Amino acid sequence: MKEKLQIIWQMFLLLLLGFVSVAGIAFPVVAKPLSWYEFPLIPGLGENVKIIFFHVPTAWLTVVAFLVSTIYSVKYLREKNPDDDAKAYAAMQIGVIFCILATVTGAVWSKFAWGQYWSWDPRQTSIFALLLIYGALFALRSSIESEDKRAALSAVYSVIAFLTVPFFIFIMPRIMKGLHPGSADDTNKGPILDFKMNSNMLLIFFLSLAGFTLLFYWMWRISYKSIILKDKINKQIN
Amino acid sequence: MKAYSLFNKDLASEIRTRYAVNSLAMFILVTISVILFSVGSEKVSENLTGGLFWAVIFFTSMSGLSRAFVSEEERGTALTLQLIASPTTVFSGKLLFNLILVFAMNIVVAALYSTLFDAFIIKNFALFIALFILGNIGIAVSSTIIAAIISKAGSKGTLYPVLSFPILLPLILILIDLTKMAMGGLEAYSAYVELAALVCYNVIMITASYMLFDFIWKD
Amino acid sequence: MSNYLLKIENVSRSFGRRLIFKDVDYVFNSNGIYGVSGSNGSGKSTLVKIIAGVLSPSSGKIIHSAGGLNISSEKLYNHIGLVSPYLILYDEFSAEENLKHIAQIRGIEYPAQKVNKLLERLFLLERKDDLVRGYSSGMKQRLKFIFALMHSPELIILDEPTSNLDNAGKKTVYEIITEESKAGIVIIASNEENDLALCKEIINLEQFKNKNA
Repeated sequence: MKEKLQIIWQMFLLLLLGFVSVAGIAFPVVAKPLSWYEFPLIPGLGENVKIIFFHVPTAWLTVVAFLVSTIYSVKYLREKNPDDDAKAYAAMQIGVIFCILATVTGAVWSKFAWGQYWSWDPRQTSIFALLLIYGALFALRSSIESEDKRAALSAVYSVIAFLTVPFFIFIMPRIMKGLHPGSADDTNKGPILDFKMNSNMLLIFFLSLAGFTLLFYWMWRISYKSIILKDKINKQIN
Repeated sequence: MKAYSLFNKDLASEIRTRYAVNSLAMFILVTISVILFSVGSEKVSENLTGGLFWAVIFFTSMSGLSRAFVSEEERGTALTLQLIASPTTVFSGKLLFNLILVFAMNIVVAALYSTLFDAFIIKNFALFIALFILGNIGIAVSSTIIAAIISKAGSKGTLYPVLSFPILLPLILILIDLTKMAMGGLEAYSAYVELAALVCYNVIMITASYMLFDFIWKD
Repeated sequence: MSNYLLKIENVSRSFGRRLIFKDVDYVFNSNGIYGVSGSNGSGKSTLVKIIAGVLSPSSGKIIHSAGGLNISSEKLYNHIGLVSPYLILYDEFSAEENLKHIAQIRGIEYPAQKVNKLLERLFLLERKDDLVRGYSSGMKQRLKFIFALMHSPELIILDEPTSNLDNAGKKTVYEIITEESKAGIVIIASNEENDLALCKEIINLEQFKNKNA
């Protein structure tokens, strides 16, 4: 029964992501959308707008993974349960993949939209800082032999790193000029915030967000279960 | 008071070994001269000198501030400290030591820097003093807690800047921005958000450090 | 009579997923010498560190109380004296400087008289102004006893107290242990028969291994 359920929801996820990918890429952008499968033209973005279905979910999951990792880090510090460390670590591992994807998709899009791959926009700076934090966490973990120490120190570092997030959200936009759609300096004031997207575009956008989040949850569960199993097997061998 | 005694112990030890001070002094010299060499006879823009100023300070901090905890851990005296003082005392003592070190070091850097770089002219001096003091506190706090973390890990030397940079990044970006304002002679009231952000950063980091230090310090 | 009470309540400790000992349960309620024995790697040092509050247990609790009042972990350090092989003093200072700095950090008056007496008994008085760097391992071991006793703790924990000591040193140390046990609790973690012969009760850690495994 349990296995059947699993297969059903995995198939569902496959279909969902398949539909989102096809729809996101193939649906045409037209000035006056009439049919359900047509996207509206947003001035300044044009066809480039389609990245929203893939770039935004990856960026969203980068942050979600970091948040999950920090929550389980705090939980570890409170309860000292090695499983929580495995959960935090698994979230980090997946988070860094999405972080790289978000950075790369963002940079490619920026080449076409802004003319260069990198321009230290506040959001680019923030994702860069997040990439550095993930990198630092992996460097820290690989340099500690003792499991307890590794778990405790990486948990402490996650929490400290998490505390710098508000500065990136609230202060960076003041310091740096924002180019990113949705940021305060955007002349095209908030295609995301104002939702110049029409309803079908919104629907596909949220389906994509939901699909990617489910994908993350699935990957994360497999990942932390395998870490815990690996630990247990190692312990039996030794 | 106990924290001050611990600071005294570190100071006496530092006077005897001169480990941190020597490496800091050499680092200041090396980084500033590397910048001078690469600049050559070219004229440097004001914006650039403001940014480079904090780059020098960041790298100098990374060379010496980890000593506070690493020296205890390397020699195995961390346990001795655990047995004679509470974690709060230990962290306060080490923080005090690093604060003094950061202030001494950065005053030297600022003095050297302003004599060597003609373009480094501060128009709003009061604003500069404010950002300098707040910035130094922030650097000292963050680098002390990160020093505590890396002292318990292997490959301490390389890990320190790797772990510190993301934590110090928001601080340094704000400081660079404020330094530009001070150099441009902007009135202090127009920079109050940035100054408030610096205060917030310091308060958050101090609170978090004291709360989390227990987990690092106890095995 | 001191009325120091040390309770070990169901303490377990594992490193990662490897269990060291499980459900150690013991009450030290009267003054005297207690022993902790067990083969190498059985967790003697680990238990001792947990009692001293420098290592946290994976589960269970350690309760220290003096005169009926529980001592918080923040204030524990002035009630405990520890001697152990992994304890290291500052080698850029002399013996006396070490002790003076330590007294200050503890926040107590430097007990000059007591320290000098101990230095004399442990044959260190003439060398008290030499840097610890130049000490032999036996001398360092003797200095650790002064470090542990200087602040007159109620609970003295000795991990392998006689390692690196010559016969004269051992004799003095045994004398000191016996004296201190009248005014407080002394815990010795060791496998030396001579050390354990002093103890009135012995906890054998072998019996706290995982019984299910």
